Amino acid sequence: MFSLEPFLDLPLIWYSLIIIAVLLYVILDGFDLGVGILFPFAPSDTCRDRMMNSIAPFWDGNETWLVLGGGGLFAAFPLAYAILMPALYIPVTLMLLGLIFRGVAFEFRFKAESSRRIWDYAFHFGSLLATLMQGMILGAVVQGIDVEGRSFAGGSFDWINAYSVMTGIALIFGYALLGSTWLVMKTEDATQDWARKSASYVLGYVGLFLGIVSVSMPLMKASIRELWFSLPNVFFLLPIPLLTAALFVLIWRDLHTGREYRPFFMSIGVFLMGYLGLGISLWPWLVPHQVTYHQAAAAPESQSLLLVGTAIMLPVVLAYTAYCYYVFRGKASHESAY
Amino acid sequence: MFDTLDPVLLARIQFAFTISFHIIFPAFTIGLASWLAVLEWRWLKTGNAIYAEIYRMWVKIFAVAFGMGVVSGIVMSFQFGTNWSVFADKSGNVLGPLLGYEVLTAFFLEASFLGVMLFGWNRVSPRMHFAATVIVACGTLISAFWILSANSWMQTPQGFRLGDDGLLYPTDWLAVVFNPSFPYRFAHMIVATYLTTAFVVGGIGAFYLWRRKHEKHARVMLGMAMIMAVFVAPTQLLLGDLHGLNTLKHQPAKVAAMEGLWETQRGAPLVLFGWPDQEAQTTRYAIEIPKLSSLILTHDLEGEVKGLKEWPRDEQPPVAWVFWSFRVMVGIGMLMILTGVMALVLHLRKRLFSTPWFQYWCMALTPSGFIAVLAGWFVTEIGRQPYIIYGVMRTAEAASPVGSQPIALSLAAFVVTYGVVFGAGVYYIARLIAKGPAAEETVYGDHGVPKPPLVAPRLTKKGGRHV
Ligand code: HDD
Ligand code: HEM
Ligand code: HEM
Repeated sequence: MFSLEPFLDLPLIWYSLIIIAVLLYVILDGFDLGVGILFPFAPSDTCRDRMMNSIAPFWDGNETWLVLGGGGLFAAFPLAYAILMPALYIPVTLMLLGLIFRGVAFEFRFKAESSRRIWDYAFHFGSLLATLMQGMILGAVVQGIDVEGRSFAGGSFDWINAYSVMTGIALIFGYALLGSTWLVMKTEDATQDWARKSASYVLGYVGLFLGIVSVSMPLMKASIRELWFSLPNVFFLLPIPLLTAALFVLIWRDLHTGREYRPFFMSIGVFLMGYLGLGISLWPWLVPHQVTYHQAAAAPESQSLLLVGTAIMLPVVLAYTAYCYYVFRGKASHESAY
Repeated sequence: MFDTLDPVLLARIQFAFTISFHIIFPAFTIGLASWLAVLEWRWLKTGNAIYAEIYRMWVKIFAVAFGMGVVSGIVMSFQFGTNWSVFADKSGNVLGPLLGYEVLTAFFLEASFLGVMLFGWNRVSPRMHFAATVIVACGTLISAFWILSANSWMQTPQGFRLGDDGLLYPTDWLAVVFNPSFPYRFAHMIVATYLTTAFVVGGIGAFYLWRRKHEKHARVMLGMAMIMAVFVAPTQLLLGDLHGLNTLKHQPAKVAAMEGLWETQRGAPLVLFGWPDQEAQTTRYAIEIPKLSSLILTHDLEGEVKGLKEWPRDEQPPVAWVFWSFRVMVGIGMLMILTGVMALVLHLRKRLFSTPWFQYWCMALTPSGFIAVLAGWFVTEIGRQPYIIYGVMRTAEAASPVGSQPIALSLAAFVVTYGVVFGAGVYYIARLIAKGPAAEETVYGDHGVPKPPLVAPRLTKKGGRHV
């Protein structure tokens, strides 16, 4: 049967693809979840309408990257999917419930009159809950999951502890940074001024949490400490924290000199750096310290088939996603939708 | 607190609840997307503003339904892992790529161009807007293709082997995707969504006619819906019959349950109604038509039909559910065909749009498609129990190592959430219907400037309303 196994390191390619899909999800849905997190703090209803309009054409496409991440994990690494999902049963369910409330708020809010406030809050708390759970999932996975044979062997509440709560809150601030800089780019006047202030406020917290995570990861696992602080690795890896620090300074300056586009893209840069750091620490694990990407890989035939489709479709998807962003370029208005 | 409850049973209830909720929306949006494409095409072709006005009314309803379809669908894609992780592990090699293809070829397409379809009016040319509508419609059909292929493979699996490690490995992809029941299920389901949409649209059209509101628009709605009823409803009977014959070949126990037949016999009767009693292994109070079952299923009055007693009790599906759901679905199918016949007669007498009793009839049938779709899925899914992959893996072996408590709590959370979301969604859709199609707005934006005419939307491109 058709297989690309003799020519390609399929598990490695798929590991990279999943990492990219999750990264795209984090960035893309990150900014629209961030807008939801900031939503009730906006100064007026007109601002809120603009905020909503700035993301309404995109949120569905953005969330589809989550489906690709989850579906891709199922397709390419069924074993990892089968271990992680039961382990994260409660946080995944809560995240989904959050996404439901915020997703329907897009449609309901503009149609509601007296009940508009309800959907404003559904949008806010849904975004908040989804983000908190994603951050806690990250914190829980980083710390490790109990596995026996081919299944999860821990308890339903293993994922809650101080560390995962910390990563949850960290992600809330991270997404808020993406959301606020997005708004600086996509809005004007009062909304933009407010977004600028929020961004510089949030920026400080993001720095703080990034620092905590960077320090705690090596403290938690000797292998990670080894990786980052042994020679000559230090020299290769040093650019990551340095670049991150530089990005923070630049974002801060841009926000105060009135630039509109750069803060958003540099916030993405901050996420990239954080993600890179995390990726390097967790390589080559899918379920940290239990299952590597090689062990979890689906049959080569399965990975091959999907790889052909991905090679053709992913560029197409990226192209028309870019087209859609292009169609809706420029500033958002506060007019109600279609 | 919940430890006495069986986690597998809870997981099944949760899956059945969330998927039944999800399918309500695709059943409507697949049909509606295609219909909107037709409307926009008619509008571009004829320049008749009526079509654009109907489009604008229904696209709002579409957006609400689509939004609910998306959020409930995202839940589904995680359910395989959260509730059926053993199944996910074993079947991942085969089913994973199908679901992956669904995301890559369909979901991104729908989601991206939905933005253009809803918000792009003043930002792209009318042709590009039409293209976006068509792309969304195709996206919904492609997504149905893959997910029904996956489901059909679970009903009639082939093209795989069982590895020494207990996992399933694909051996022939074409055999997996185009498994024996797939063509029938796909055709039957797509037609079902078209009928569902037609009866909703027709019911609303009839409602406007009855209230003497928006009559011009209502005629188009009811007229187009009745064309579907006349031509497509009988097609569904044919497709359903073929589907049933295919099932007889691959899942005879399911057909025996649909028919309520316990004894294997020649010249088997058709049980119209009755009370299947699984304990006693018999159908009580049966009203039968002699030999008809044999005729329908084997196309021979004396053909042999297998009864449920051929299978040990632990291999029999829950008969009453299958039996009754099947009757509900077929009953509604017959009512739809009857509607088509009545519409044809009224049309020939030039009274299609002015007969009050027919308007009541159509209003009453508005939700019929949804009920039939759910009933059809109950037949299919309950009829294949106790297997999750027919003949290969039992549902009871598929469940995740998760205790009763989190499943029960999350089930409760889903019920509450879906209740709220569904209630609100139906309320807003009802309000949109009450408002009806608006003549094109004459005031544009918040400056009070008259809006440029619709036939030349390009003029307004720069000063777009959104974003
Ligand atoms: C016959 C059609 C059909 C069936 C049986 C299913 N779906 Fe569905 N699904 C659709 C037809 C559809 C659709 C028409 O493509 C939807 C409905 C509304 C929408 O946005 O797309 C959709 C949306 C949708 C989404 C959101 C896509 C997005 O982000 O845009 C996901 C993740 C799923 N579905 C997953 C599933 C799973 C895992 C199913 C089975 C267990 C399932 N669907 C059954
Ligand atoms: C969309 C319409 C669908 C509906 C309304 C539906 C409904 C149901 C119902 C009622 C059951 C419970 C049967 C029982 O336990 O007695 C069930 C079982 C199941 N269905 Fe579906 N189903 C649908 C589509 C699908 C699809 C597309 C898939 C997979 C690709 C699927 C996978 C399953 C699985 C894994 C089970 C076994 C778990 C269980 O018994 O609850 N279903 N479905
Ligand atoms: C008119 C007579 C009809 C007949 C004879 C018929 C026949 C069937 C049969 C035999 C099945 C079971 C397939 C299996 O064994 O798995 C089925 C399933 C189904 N039916 Fe029907 N059907 C009819 C009408 C309808 C109508 C009107 C609708 C909806 C509008 C509908 C929607 C469905 C759906 C959604 C399923 C489940 C998916 C599938 O397996 O295709 N049916 N039908």
